[in-house]
Amino acid sequence: MTVEPVRTETDVLIIGSGAAGMYAAIEAANTGARVLLADRSLIGRGGATVMAQMTVAVALGAETPDDWQHHYKDTLTAGRGLSNPALARLLCKEGPDCIRAMDEWGVGWARKDGHITQAMAPGHDRPRCVYVDFLNTGPAVSKTLRTKVNKTAGIHKAGDLQIVDLLKRDGKIVGAAALHLGTGKPVIISAKATIIATGGLTRLYRRNSASSNMGGDGYALALRAGASLVDMEFVQFFPIGHLAPRLIGMDPIMWDPFRYKLGGKLLNSNMEEFTQNYGVNEQGKYIITRDAASYAILKEVEAGRGTPHGGAYLSFQHVPEAALREAFGPVIDRLADNGIDLTKMPVEVAPIAHYHMGGIAVDADMQAGLPGLFAAGEAVGGANGANRLSGNAITEAFVFGRRAGRSAAALVKRTETNAAPADNERALIEMIGAPAPQRVLNTAAMVEKLQATMQNDVGALRDDAKLKRALATIDSMTADLGDVPQGDGQGFDMRRIDWLDLRNMLLVAKAVTLAALARTETRGAQHREDYPETSQDWACNQVIDWRGGDLAVTRKAVPTATDVAA
Amino acid sequence: MSETATLKIWRGQTPDTGRYETYEVPFEHGQSVLDGLRWIRTHHDPSLAIRFSCINANACKECMIELDGKTIYACTARLQPTEMTLTPLSNKTLVRDLVTEIAPPPERFKSP
Ligand SMILES: Cc1cc2nc3c(=O)[nH]c(=O)nc-3n(C[C@H](O)[C@H](O)[C@H](O)COP(=O)(O)OP(=O)(O)OC[C@H]3O[C@@H](n4cnc5c(N)ncnc54)[C@H](O)[C@@H]3O)c2cc1C
Ligand code: FES
Repeated sequence: MTVEPVRTETDVLIIGSGAAGMYAAIEAANTGARVLLADRSLIGRGGATVMAQMTVAVALGAETPDDWQHHYKDTLTAGRGLSNPALARLLCKEGPDCIRAMDEWGVGWARKDGHITQAMAPGHDRPRCVYVDFLNTGPAVSKTLRTKVNKTAGIHKAGDLQIVDLLKRDGKIVGAAALHLGTGKPVIISAKATIIATGGLTRLYRRNSASSNMGGDGYALALRAGASLVDMEFVQFFPIGHLAPRLIGMDPIMWDPFRYKLGGKLLNSNMEEFTQNYGVNEQGKYIITRDAASYAILKEVEAGRGTPHGGAYLSFQHVPEAALREAFGPVIDRLADNGIDLTKMPVEVAPIAHYHMGGIAVDADMQAGLPGLFAAGEAVGGANGANRLSGNAITEAFVFGRRAGRSAAALVKRTETNAAPADNERALIEMIGAPAPQRVLNTAAMVEKLQATMQNDVGALRDDAKLKRALATIDSMTADLGDVPQGDGQGFDMRRIDWLDLRNMLLVAKAVTLAALARTETRGAQHREDYPETSQDWACNQVIDWRGGDLAVTRKAVPTATDVAA
Repeated sequence: MSETATLKIWRGQTPDTGRYETYEVPFEHGQSVLDGLRWIRTHHDPSLAIRFSCINANACKECMIELDGKTIYACTARLQPTEMTLTPLSNKTLVRDLVTEIAPPPERFKSP
């Protein structure tokens, strides 16, 4: 029996409705294109954007005089020589525009004395980070963009649409094939331009700040279609992710703003401060960079001075209750609901996977190297090099989303409608709608197994033996997964969803692992214990392609500011 | 003996053909109902359908189900060391198990 898909067509298909996808949709629609904004989850709720709690970095100059060039300089410094200058420049230069647009659309950036407040954050040379109180930046950003999307004519929204692969005809990207989660039906979407805005990959790790939609789908889609990925080894770990006691109703990265405002002490199991033994004497202030803090905590755990759940203590016991309440208002009550009284107890924290610097290689117009394909947001690699400054990710999502929307709409104007089927269409329809296989796998347990492997062997501290062990596990799991999706293919089929997720997660995990193994040095977020120094020979990017049925890693010189159009 | 939570879960693809299935889940203080449901998926039955994205942040608002007849977020309701009855939202169209059609109509995929 042949499976029949549901078919639809649009000018611009946007995959993912985080800040990047929604910004792209608004821009493309305002330029006259018809947009289909698709998400595997609810619109504007499934990814990192709605979960972000803290700050957005931008040279507004509202707090102290600032210029995008200063922000650019800090961004390049954090990137440890690997940032793509054109992308970093775009981010910093156009950031203020987007932040002001968001302000006009009613996001509600915190203000004092009549101006937008800008806070200091590690790595920035001056107060540059805007936010929405209390810990409400992401929800406010997401709500503002959802409202704007709803008011913009020409945007169709489609939730519960999990994009499985891009469609290709004669070397061009002509849309995508999807699984409609509600019905289990394959969907064929024809589009003149397609934007990947699927966010990052941190669900690959056991300890993460990810949603269940952050398994790196966009990277896998791009690879299989023939686009290149860059800097895949650079996964940013957030050093003080919440570990214990179990805290619900709040994302595990919630301690950072407490540290910004109040300092706080990192302690080992002997209740001693330890970062000074790793070269950073904090003295109650929050000055340690993310990579240095992750390293120090993991080393304490390795030395047997970890907390019961395998991390460090974070203590605010020295801070008076009134000061805690002033800084955090209602958040203190939410902590109390979880049995956490910061005046009486420390909490346990540990490094968790938080953001991906690497991603799809694009030019400054967000073109992803294949005609018809664009990318935006965290799905893009290169702007942040080997390490990202805090606050740059949401700015990147706005700016790159806007640019991608504009470029895609411009392409639409130059493209004729072509109704011929894509080369890979039939095969994808058959796969997405395949009948239930004989063999039954525990797909949910496989996801956990992969997450444990990545956490232990491709985490914040890496070496040759661990990385090779991870590769072997990934290869054997890939063989196990096979070519036929699990599940019955009906509505909300969790086993089919898991299977499709694993198909992507295993490919992307392999890309990260291969790049980490090849880079025999320590730089930014990549810490190789067997190669602890930064090497001048490695002042280059690594590009990954899917070639002849396997992944190929190649070195490439970092683009110079002059090779790239600004 | 360590404590367990007993989750009695409605399962099925149409309202009239459903049934309850009961699972014992190890109870750890502070966990959410969603933690329990995810545990069932990895340890017993990966086909158990439940909608969620953010897991901890209570930001996506996708995990609404009914607990003993009352609407809750699975990710913020606490697991209890007793029997808890979990059913899909009774005022929404059923998709499967605990999953219902919750998106506002303009955000649903419609084939032209
Ligand atoms: C908890 C947390 C806190 C953060 N805090 C900050 C902060 O304070 N400041 C900052 O600058 N950055 C922060 N970040 C990083 C920042 O939020 C993200 O980098 C940024 O929001 C990414 O936006 P995006 O639009 O690229 O992707 P996302 O917002 O992640 O959106 C991606 C969307 O794509 C969808 N999707 C994925 N795969 C598919 C598929 N196959 N088919 C269809 N749809 C798909 C997802 O469901 C999701 O809705 C934080 C991240 C996290 C996780
Ligand atoms: S899982 Fe996101 S709100 Fe419950």
